[in-house]
Amino acid sequence: MQKQKVISRETGVEDQQYKWGFEFDIESDLAPKGLNKDIVKFISNKKNEPQWMLDWRLKAFELWEKEGVSSSPNWANVDFPEINFQDIVYYAAPKSQDDAPKSLDEVDPELIEAFDKLGIPLEEQKKLSGVAVDAVLDSVSVATTYQDMLKEAGVIFCPISEAVQKYPELVKKYLGSVVPYSDNFYATLNSAVFSDGSFVYVPPGVRCPIELMTYFRINEVDSGQFERTLIIADEGSYVSYLEGCTAPMRKTHQLHAAVVELVALKDAEIKYSTLQNWYPGDKEGNGGVYNFVTKRGAARGENSKISWTQVETGSAITWKYPSVILQGDNSTGEFYSVALVNNFQQADTGTKMIHVGKNTKSTIIAKGISAGKAQNTYRGQVSILPNAHNAKNFTQCDSLLIGDECGAHTVPYIEVRNPSAEMGHEATTSKVNDDQLFYLQQRGIDLEEANYMIINGFCRGIFKELPFEFAMEASQLLRVSLEGTVG
Amino acid sequence: MGKIMNDRNKKLLNVNDLHVSIDDKEILKGINLSVNLGEVHAIMGPNGSGKSTLANVLSGRPGYSITSGSIEYLGENINEELPEIRARKGIFLAFQYPVELPGVRTWQFLKSSVDAIRKENGEKELGVKEFDQLLEVHRNKVEMNPDLVKRSVNEGFSGGEKKRNEIMQLSLLNPTFALLDETDSGLDIDALRIVSNGVNEFKSESNAVLIVTHYQRILDYIKPDFVHVLVDGNIVKSGDGNLALELEEKGYEWIKESISSGN
Repeated sequence: MQKQKVISRETGVEDQQYKWGFEFDIESDLAPKGLNKDIVKFISNKKNEPQWMLDWRLKAFELWEKEGVSSSPNWANVDFPEINFQDIVYYAAPKSQDDAPKSLDEVDPELIEAFDKLGIPLEEQKKLSGVAVDAVLDSVSVATTYQDMLKEAGVIFCPISEAVQKYPELVKKYLGSVVPYSDNFYATLNSAVFSDGSFVYVPPGVRCPIELMTYFRINEVDSGQFERTLIIADEGSYVSYLEGCTAPMRKTHQLHAAVVELVALKDAEIKYSTLQNWYPGDKEGNGGVYNFVTKRGAARGENSKISWTQVETGSAITWKYPSVILQGDNSTGEFYSVALVNNFQQADTGTKMIHVGKNTKSTIIAKGISAGKAQNTYRGQVSILPNAHNAKNFTQCDSLLIGDECGAHTVPYIEVRNPSAEMGHEATTSKVNDDQLFYLQQRGIDLEEANYMIINGFCRGIFKELPFEFAMEASQLLRVSLEGTVG
Repeated sequence: MGKIMNDRNKKLLNVNDLHVSIDDKEILKGINLSVNLGEVHAIMGPNGSGKSTLANVLSGRPGYSITSGSIEYLGENINEELPEIRARKGIFLAFQYPVELPGVRTWQFLKSSVDAIRKENGEKELGVKEFDQLLEVHRNKVEMNPDLVKRSVNEGFSGGEKKRNEIMQLSLLNPTFALLDETDSGLDIDALRIVSNGVNEFKSESNAVLIVTHYQRILDYIKPDFVHVLVDGNIVKSGDGNLALELEEKGYEWIKESISSGN
């Protein structure tokens, strides 16, 4: 594959720590603030949805309203003031979307420029890279490249709003089948108001010829982002999907409550990689995105495999547990994670591996890095259900501390209900060692670079799970996020 | 040019009445040491005499405070210089206990180091192929296993492999002033020969070597021009290579006694 431009580009913004913090001026099509039945209908209407979709949203909304904010999860090791859900804009589309861009030529040039700033030159990628890009700006999917090649392979990769129109049977069959609308407070909210996201269907026996990628970006002030992604890998198929996220700097917090559902049928494999770089807030802890996300995959068929790789450097608060339900016999679940927090960031992230089928195997490798006054929690659950004979899990959690005002916490839950299970758990906590830093300095490498090299080394096992270009980008993100943590 | 001028040009290191403390405990108590280009010096002394402190403080390791005196290197006072700047100016420390750097590939580490030093000298970064060729030359000099450069720095290396890696770096980085801190410790006789050969091949009229060692053994292989005996933070005796042999024969107690008897 061709080398892709890395995302880290200077944009000359005030806060040099966050280099993705520009915003751009595109007239938005905004819903009024707040959430009620009419807003749900407004969103559905905007997308010209069929009745069944609206009904599903309304069911979710009714449940959300009935259960209320008091049902929101409060067990995570994060601390934030109560969110006023009536003070959020639930739909914001770039206005030019009304004219529905059909190709890049029709996309607002200012948008293209904005994506260029993000380091995603769609035009160039179309020619050069093997990555098909679906860019979701605020709530609407703007342009999807590489459609022809995908069409030939029979792969569907489109905004989920389009899938609702074009492939209603697939959406009806799988939407909510892994994360039901009643799953948790934020997932319920998302089910009611989700605006856009990606839809992928890979037909039986097809190995998706290119990596699929979505870039998410929140742009409007006070807007939340509620994307919903659904990926189905039919029997014997394979797909690798990447997502990247950025948001401009805001003094106030922004809510991001996404849902991602993956379904892998017999012999199918899904590899899902995330670079999460939502605005983390400033050095005093003002602003930043609340990233409350539900991600789950169902390894439904025999010999199926789902692999999550995440590099989380952004967001004021991260609350997410990409999980795998290992339903099919011989199915495999993997979770590889790097979570870096600095300044006042808080992350409570991990995974759940639910072993249902026989001979199921899961691997969890989580690396947490804490700097500044930040708090980092790994929370994981491994459950071996009674019929999961010969299940195997290996878990490794490593925490690295920079400075002495940050925290690292590890909260593993292990539940074994079948005696044939084999479980392994390893955990380490370490600090960046002065001897290591000095060794590198003594060889002419400056302190900041030395610190970066050591931490990059700590993450290497995870980065190697990422596609090459994404690994480069992850390294870059790490470098920027670590600026000012030593010296 | 006159001889005096030449001698001045050969002056590399001048340590003047250097006092160094760790956590308010004085370790070095007024060291004077002068090293010229083309010379090999050995600092010998019993455990706890301050040998390693001297090597560390010359290379700028944090945690040591210079309470008085100065270190002049190439005519400049480097008391406050950062370790990476000293390294780029040609001060190299072969570590007694080289650390492991999990996940940091040896190849990448070495290239970063070479490039940082080249940059200081106004040279451009090496291309991958150029660097590979350079690395192979120096790797062969210490007979280092080619697989090791693909692995994480020192991770899972044997004691001997770690020391070879240090000497390989000495050869690769070609510093002006090489400090060897107890390089012979933990080496079997074959490894000691290889490591010593590496140092001997390195030393020239345009650099200098300072060997810190407890035992005389390594000095059978690397012949020092000067030997200094360090006891309790002071250089109590200096001489030529024969002093090392005498020490080996009579032990450090002999020196201590000869000091206390005022001899």
